[in-house]
Amino acid sequence: MSDLSLEQVTENYYDVLKEIGNIGAGNAMTALAQMLQCKVDMKVPQVKLLEFAEVGDMMGGEEQVMVGVFLGVEGEITGSMMFMVEEESARHLIQKITMGMLPEGSEFSEMGLSAMQEVGNIITGAYLNSLSTLTNLKVIPTPPALTVDMAGAILSVPAIQFGIFGDKILLIQSQFYDEIELDGYFILIPDMESYEKILTALGLPIVT
Amino acid sequence: MSEIIKVGIADMKTCVSPNGVMTLGLGSCVGIAIRDPMTKIGGLVHIMLPDSRAITSGQHNIAKFADTGIEELVRQLERMGAKRLRMVAKIAGGANMFNFQGGSAVGQVGERNAEAARAKLRELKIPLLADDTGANYGRTVIFYPETGDYVVRAVGKPEKVI
Repeated sequence: MSDLSLEQVTENYYDVLKEIGNIGAGNAMTALAQMLQCKVDMKVPQVKLLEFAEVGDMMGGEEQVMVGVFLGVEGEITGSMMFMVEEESARHLIQKITMGMLPEGSEFSEMGLSAMQEVGNIITGAYLNSLSTLTNLKVIPTPPALTVDMAGAILSVPAIQFGIFGDKILLIQSQFYDEIELDGYFILIPDMESYEKILTALGLPIVT
Repeated sequence: MSEIIKVGIADMKTCVSPNGVMTLGLGSCVGIAIRDPMTKIGGLVHIMLPDSRAITSGQHNIAKFADTGIEELVRQLERMGAKRLRMVAKIAGGANMFNFQGGSAVGQVGERNAEAARAKLRELKIPLLADDTGANYGRTVIFYPETGDYVVRAVGKPEKVI
């Protein structure tokens, strides 16, 4: 298994990974709409295999302040997962969820961040649920951790996980709208063994 | 006019005074800056992982690892005319970006990166003059081989020079 690289996985199973990403992001947005009790539209998610250096650029530069929610994945699929959203979008989401209780500018207070953590929890939970349903494999998320920091610094965490296998990172960008346009990014980081499990569960032969 | 050269993730660059080198948004990665104060030749390597030997599958990017990255940076500086005996180093980064319970492997990677960098510098007998690692926030760093100043910026914190 160790000779199967992320490039090979992605090349051979791009459509599958894209479909998993689509369904996962779709479910996540549905969960978000229910939580916010409003309509949330989304574009078709983009699945990209990027060089580390390209990821920061795509998110508006390595110093772009973002909110990152990171959690471990246990069960039959193991690894970790991250959801990232740009600072302004996060402020907007926090205002929505706390129904304007926080004064403008204080969205990243303890209360605001705890609300954001809940949003992250629900979004990533819905995403992982759909992965679990599709593969019929047990997926147990660990409690999420949240940070507000530079995109590059947040991304270093999944990049290091991917870095063990190669020089690229698999990213799902999903743009969604309620009153304003929000850009969110999902990064699923299964351990290499889990890729095999996911593909086998979907009835796909492993080609190396 | 001086120029600031950008170093990407798992990347390294060298320069000569008055130019500088910078890397943006270091998280759990570590930025190791080395210079020769006499020739004012210096460089910066942005490493992601502690040890190239722990990874088996075909890895070609030596700047990704603390051990091979520092070795290669020193080699490049020497080729430009810097002397190993005069070299001094500063490091920054190695944060634990997310606060996890139980200290998982993911949580400790920043500290392991910083420790691997220190160990490699000790092995090469390059004195470590400043060390701004750990904590839970990202850092942007700029290194000036002219003065040896290593500028560290973080979100919501005053800029500092180490």
